[in-house]
Amino acid sequence: MCRLAMKTASEAFSPFSVLTGMEAMQEGYDGSGLGLLLRGLEFADYKYNGTDPILSGIAHSEKALKRLNHIMEEQGFSLKYDHEFEVRPELVEADDRHQYLLRVYRQPKAWDSLTTDQVEHELMMCRLGLRSNGEEHDGDLTAFSLWPDVAMIKEVGWPLGVGNALGLDSGRIKSRVCFAQGRQNTNYGINLYACHPFFLQGVATMTNGENTAFVPIKDWLSGKGFPGYMGYQSDSEVFAHILHYVTKKLGLPLQAYKHVITPLANKDLANHPQGDFLLGLRQVCRRLIIDGPNAIIGSLPDETCMLAMDAKKLRPATVGGNPGEWAVASEMCGVDAMIPDRDRSKDFQPMRQHTVIIPPDRQELEIWSQFDQFPLTQAA
Amino acid sequence: MVSIRSIPSHPSSLSTNDLPWIVEHREDRCTLCGKCAAVCPVNTLKLTYMRKRMPKIAIDSKERGSSYKTFVGIRQNTDVGRRCIGCGSCAMVCPNEAIHPVFNEADRHRFMGSVGGDAPKRGGRRNEVGGSLLDRIVFNRISMLTDPALDAGRHEFTYNTILGRVLPPEEYVRRQQTGEWIPPTREIFPFIIGSMSFGALSPNMWLGLLQGVAYCNEVLGIPVVMCTGEGGCPPWVLRSPFLKYIILQIASGYFGWDEIIRAIPEMQCDPAAIEIKYGQGAKPGDGGLLQWFKVSKLIARLRGVPEGVDLPSPPVHQTLYSIEESVMKMIQTMSMAWNFKVPVYPKISGSTSAKSVLNNLVRNPYASALLIDGIDGGTGAAYDISLNATGHPIATNIRDCYLDLCKQGKQNEIPIFAAGGVGKTGNVVQNALALIMLGASGVHMGKYIMQATAGCLGSERNRCNVCNVGICPKGITSQNPKIYRRLDPDEVAQRVVETFQSIQIEVKKAMAPLGRSQSLPIGMSDALGIADKDAADRLNIKYVC
Repeated sequence: MCRLAMKTASEAFSPFSVLTGMEAMQEGYDGSGLGLLLRGLEFADYKYNGTDPILSGIAHSEKALKRLNHIMEEQGFSLKYDHEFEVRPELVEADDRHQYLLRVYRQPKAWDSLTTDQVEHELMMCRLGLRSNGEEHDGDLTAFSLWPDVAMIKEVGWPLGVGNALGLDSGRIKSRVCFAQGRQNTNYGINLYACHPFFLQGVATMTNGENTAFVPIKDWLSGKGFPGYMGYQSDSEVFAHILHYVTKKLGLPLQAYKHVITPLANKDLANHPQGDFLLGLRQVCRRLIIDGPNAIIGSLPDETCMLAMDAKKLRPATVGGNPGEWAVASEMCGVDAMIPDRDRSKDFQPMRQHTVIIPPDRQELEIWSQFDQFPLTQAA
Repeated sequence: MVSIRSIPSHPSSLSTNDLPWIVEHREDRCTLCGKCAAVCPVNTLKLTYMRKRMPKIAIDSKERGSSYKTFVGIRQNTDVGRRCIGCGSCAMVCPNEAIHPVFNEADRHRFMGSVGGDAPKRGGRRNEVGGSLLDRIVFNRISMLTDPALDAGRHEFTYNTILGRVLPPEEYVRRQQTGEWIPPTREIFPFIIGSMSFGALSPNMWLGLLQGVAYCNEVLGIPVVMCTGEGGCPPWVLRSPFLKYIILQIASGYFGWDEIIRAIPEMQCDPAAIEIKYGQGAKPGDGGLLQWFKVSKLIARLRGVPEGVDLPSPPVHQTLYSIEESVMKMIQTMSMAWNFKVPVYPKISGSTSAKSVLNNLVRNPYASALLIDGIDGGTGAAYDISLNATGHPIATNIRDCYLDLCKQGKQNEIPIFAAGGVGKTGNVVQNALALIMLGASGVHMGKYIMQATAGCLGSERNRCNVCNVGICPKGITSQNPKIYRRLDPDEVAQRVVETFQSIQIEVKKAMAPLGRSQSLPIGMSDALGIADKDAADRLNIKYVC
């Protein structure tokens, strides 16, 4: 089973603290990889403005790096900051990691006249362009994200080992949100793109468990004709895309996500204040119903974080913390390691109907039940 | 010596050995009660006087060694029209197990099947013995360690399907906000009683089905619906609250629609849906056919025709100039008749052109679904050539259409329903779930329902299959009260309920090991395997062996 750890705090912290949480949960899994997502970034040697796009990825060769530079220049990006990882290559399992990329760019001048939606689309297309360029060249270029205030790192190996290998303990990068997932997708061949967390236009999720309804969901998303709905090297990638679809494409509040992936039964909808709307939503989003077992941890561009379960089988996940800092982990000892000083009696393990929402102010958890009304007055 | 002219041989004369079924009769058990001859629907049995030799050994006598005995025996008629159909009614009524039909591989009556210049007609399905392709598909994505299997007996399962046009989610949210029309949908059990008309079925059978369906809905909470077929619906049903369990079919003969239109203002509820029949799998290119034998007084009244005349519906609707026009006119007219609150969908026969029909429907905002009826579909009456050799197998038709919808991202918008041979060998749930995982939203089944709920005797060895002439030995497809009173509607209703309960259990039993319980696994093709490489490639599923 995968190990998941997420911490969100008002004060930026080092991702290494989340990796220690991963280490605490080491028993019972293969620790074959690490995926990190950082949001709300602070660099020790650069003052980041929070709005410039950041490219995360790996150039596997000098040639690929040159090609990348060329592509980015051609598109009109200008490099503002190139984070240099203190890599200890002897600790990296793979031997084709020429350079880990974490670069802050200034977005092309030509985009100044574009709307936010258009800029977001361009950023996504640019990332997909880099990805396909890498794939055309024997996978020598990997692009995980290109988005303001988001950094992603994915690597094969024991999570703490990867942290050491990339010098994440140096404290040069800090973030207010950090997602860590401790396993490569060993169900299939090793592929960095198959590693959680998954990211699309500011929306990210990581998941524990297996997605039994993967194929019909994938088929439906792929058919939407949206360029970002692609990849699917992992059956969990669809969870990120569904969250993207619900919040960005349908413009529904985060609470609707739960109603899409695990809709209520007829008898429950009959007593629900928005039963009619939700019944219709269940029908139109029928192909997005998941069957679990899953614990889904997600994050939105405004640093809101969430945790939800499938409707029946559930996977372990605990949320705990204090006002200002909250942690979610697949094992309780993970939460203990990340936030040892907290009132454990207030830890919460969501059930089938819950969505735990940690709002950007991080003052208190919202434990929202599917049986409650959700905030969409105009539609419901 | 016997003179040649006295041997009764003419081109179409047959011996019992040439017939598809040979009646085996044991004189030593027979009590000559005559029940078999009385019940035989085709009058193939006749009691005749026969003579047999009684050899005896008489060594010291001057007499010759044999004497003869005259007895009453049973003779099997060898006329093609009165050949034994293998129904076994004789065996059912015989008090002494003295008689039963035996299948004869050496049958050559088919060469004489055309009588009076007309080609052979019958009811039933394509005569192809053995399992279908669907029977060979297995569900092999078993959840075990990474995803624990579910408990079919204790967990809650959701497996209903949607009949009706489903909007794209963006459009649904927009219309909800602006208060615009949202197409009607029905949440129904994915196993639908397919279109068998009031006319094809006896009144007792029809009533039994409706009773069973109502019980499933109102007592058991299984939302089963049934389709009328062409020929309308009894007037009291149209004005009853049971209409909501009924899909009204309109076909090219428009039989029964006078009554239906007249009843609209008095309807207590809307029907489940309207099915526009453009074709059917058993006889593609033909309209419905109700032969004169079955046009009784009641049927004649319902259909608005004289008694005792053949009722062949035209092959196409009179309004049909093109698919675009037909789809536009008929679907819209029907939608309008029920105030856009009832799903309207076409039924077509399986065909290589099914995809073009589908693509037309995709562009029609009022089209609610597509029902494709494959070559193994059954019928009450059709020509042999249509039944046996015309049509398209359902599996590839469904798969191609589904994958086509996937490409367009519209697989949730237009549900595709499959029919034709579902449960042909009794594996109704396995067949249906295979079709569902290939992309169907549900299945229609007719013949299976007759077999499971009323004991229809028909088989793919051409057993019985006399639905067309109204002599159904079980009373399922007869309009003759002397015959159909054999069938007790209450017992049919009981069987309907038992059948759907058992289907429900099997659906859970099949879904649970796949780890699915939250929704019907439509298009879950990763769970399908078949030990036939060509079929696997064609259907885009796994080859397993």
